[in-house]
Amino acid sequence: ALRRSASLHCSQHQPPDERDRPLMSSLRIAVCVKRVPAPGSRINVTADGHAVDATNLGFTTSPHEECAVEAAVQLVELHGGSATVVTLGPVEAEEQLRYAASVGVERALLVSAPDGLNWDPQNTAAAIGAALSAVEALDGAFDLILFGNESADSGGFQVGIRVARMLDRPVVNGAKGIDVGDNLVTVRRPIDAGFEVYELPRPCVIGVKEGINLPRYPTMKGRLASKKVAVEVIEGLDRPGGQARVRLHRPEEKASSTIILGNGPEAASAVVDLLAELGVLA
Amino acid sequence: MSVLVVIEHDRGVMASGSLEALTAARALSADVTAAVCGGTDALAATCADYGATEVVSLVHPFLDDYAPQAWGEAVAQLVATRNPDAVIACGTDRGNEVLAHVSVSLDLPMVANVLRIDASDARWALTRVQWGGSLLEDVTLDAATKLLTVAHHANDIVPSEVTSTRTDFTPTLDGTLGSTIVRDRVVREAGVTLTTARVVVGGGRGVGSPEGFAPLEELAGLLGGVVGCSRAVTNNGWRNHTDQVGQTGTRIAPDIYFACGISGAIQHWVGAMASKNILAINTDKDANMVTRADYAVIGDLHKVIPAISEEIRRRRGG
Ligand SMILES: Cc1cc2nc3c(=O)[nH]c(=O)nc-3n(C[C@H](O)[C@H](O)[C@H](O)COP(=O)(O)OP(=O)(O)OC[C@H]3O[C@@H](n4cnc5c(N)ncnc54)[C@H](O)[C@@H]3O)c2cc1C
Ligand SMILES: Nc1ncnc2c1ncn2[C@@H]1O[C@H](COP(=O)(O)O)[C@@H](O)[C@H]1O
Repeated sequence: ALRRSASLHCSQHQPPDERDRPLMSSLRIAVCVKRVPAPGSRINVTADGHAVDATNLGFTTSPHEECAVEAAVQLVELHGGSATVVTLGPVEAEEQLRYAASVGVERALLVSAPDGLNWDPQNTAAAIGAALSAVEALDGAFDLILFGNESADSGGFQVGIRVARMLDRPVVNGAKGIDVGDNLVTVRRPIDAGFEVYELPRPCVIGVKEGINLPRYPTMKGRLASKKVAVEVIEGLDRPGGQARVRLHRPEEKASSTIILGNGPEAASAVVDLLAELGVLA
Repeated sequence: MSVLVVIEHDRGVMASGSLEALTAARALSADVTAAVCGGTDALAATCADYGATEVVSLVHPFLDDYAPQAWGEAVAQLVATRNPDAVIACGTDRGNEVLAHVSVSLDLPMVANVLRIDASDARWALTRVQWGGSLLEDVTLDAATKLLTVAHHANDIVPSEVTSTRTDFTPTLDGTLGSTIVRDRVVREAGVTLTTARVVVGGGRGVGSPEGFAPLEELAGLLGGVVGCSRAVTNNGWRNHTDQVGQTGTRIAPDIYFACGISGAIQHWVGAMASKNILAINTDKDANMVTRADYAVIGDLHKVIPAISEEIRRRRGG
């Protein structure tokens, strides 16, 4: 009685009260994250101009991808099933896989490529798509493959779309809401005037934006469990595409000399003088 | 050289980014064709006002409302028949998405968010945006047809009225392409937003709590502005992500941005740097936000902000 028929969704998006109903089968979700340096107030480039100088920097993933991981974990909590985290990069990218495992992802896949973090989008997508296909050939298709809306560093806005098309699945980017039904996946995406709604048939691919949820922090128990997750490794095939890096460089900065208006509350008068001068007081 | 520009519109309302793309295309060639999915006479006229010598309407029931896959495939079919040297869109969410689909359909590379184009060689030399604008990447683009998006807000919009012909093109679209058509939309009341506000009062971790934002709300209210925040704030659940300024939040460009208790990490800075004036309020005179701002007050925001509001009220009252 709780099962929904496809016709229910044809023109209307899922009413909120239907979101929590059980699905006919549990979900298999894959989520793709990219290891990137975590720069502070400035990004430095290596002498050859080919990469970000990560000396003394930690590593992280894009906030969009953190939210994609959280979305995968929440959907599995709601509907049952399992989530797999996938990354293309050097062995060190295991750190990002284990982070995802520490917040509830069960399975981790490293598509290994020593220089993969600097690959062009076609190359990256081909390798990730091939790895996902290989996993699906053994274990069955993923109901949902989640990506970040764009990677934190290169921001090509396309790897998820390329992978989806390789696997012949519908895809939309920019998701700030995902509800999974037996046949359709409802996606909400912000636009200037509010948000628009998509309904994708399953299986499908979705690019997630930060703000869709509030990613949890790993618990001590989660951290310990993540150490036990076996990272599966697939060799990434390397087939450069038509976009090739020449060099990275910092944009020109306008020289700034800060005018200190004062210290503490006594500065209020100088601040309001400035507001008057800028014409924002009236 | 011939250039095809993919026009982005929302149910007939032209996206300003498309005018940027048309302007960028004209810098490459006078032979500019505008491709409009669905579309109206008014849209076609606007394209002509900005230099499109031909406007092609792509006509199909799947193309009336936004549908990334159908739009991409339809444009790809047009490209295949016309063989332009380049296809350009604006690097908005939709522009990047549609062009990525075009590129997959044609099995070509696509370069996103380009700032500079050097088309003097067979392989083009491009400069594109990385890290949301904190870093630039010079790349070469090697492809029979060059597909790229131009970074949003990087090109001025320059009108150039031309006589323009109009053509219809009917693509053949597979039924499955209908699956990513927008089904529905929910419209919210649009007041002053982060992107349109003349004054933004931003708070970071230094604000300390959700309640700590009350004085920021008060100041923003007095100046007809809105409150923004850093990712530290949204990550702590103090405010909604819609208030976040930065690389993965909103880009702002107000007359003045008050950055209060925000250290000025590069990912926050790229979202704030288009502000005409930045005033940092921070206890740390060496914070990146302070050293890069136009103006700063060194001190505890919990004392400084109420004093500013008080002073505004005093002057208005007197
Ligand atoms: C890929 C990526 C994308 C990101 N995108 C974004 C983004 O879109 N937006 C964003 O904001 N961040 C983003 N971040 C996070 C960013 O790197 C920083 O972690 C974040 O901006 C820090 O927020 P904050 O300045 O509020 O906190 P902190 O860095 O902790 O700074 C707090 C500041 O408050 C000051 N302070 C403390 N108490 C007071 C007081 N009483 N009065 C005055 N000053 C006080 C301190 O001196 C300090 O300068 C991103 C990170 C990554 C890796
Ligand atoms: N090296 C990588 N490993 C895993 N996922 C990636 C990689 N590069 C990109 N992605 C995924 O593709 C999304 C879009 O990337 P991009 O096209 O570079 O903006 C990212 O948010 C990630 O989810």
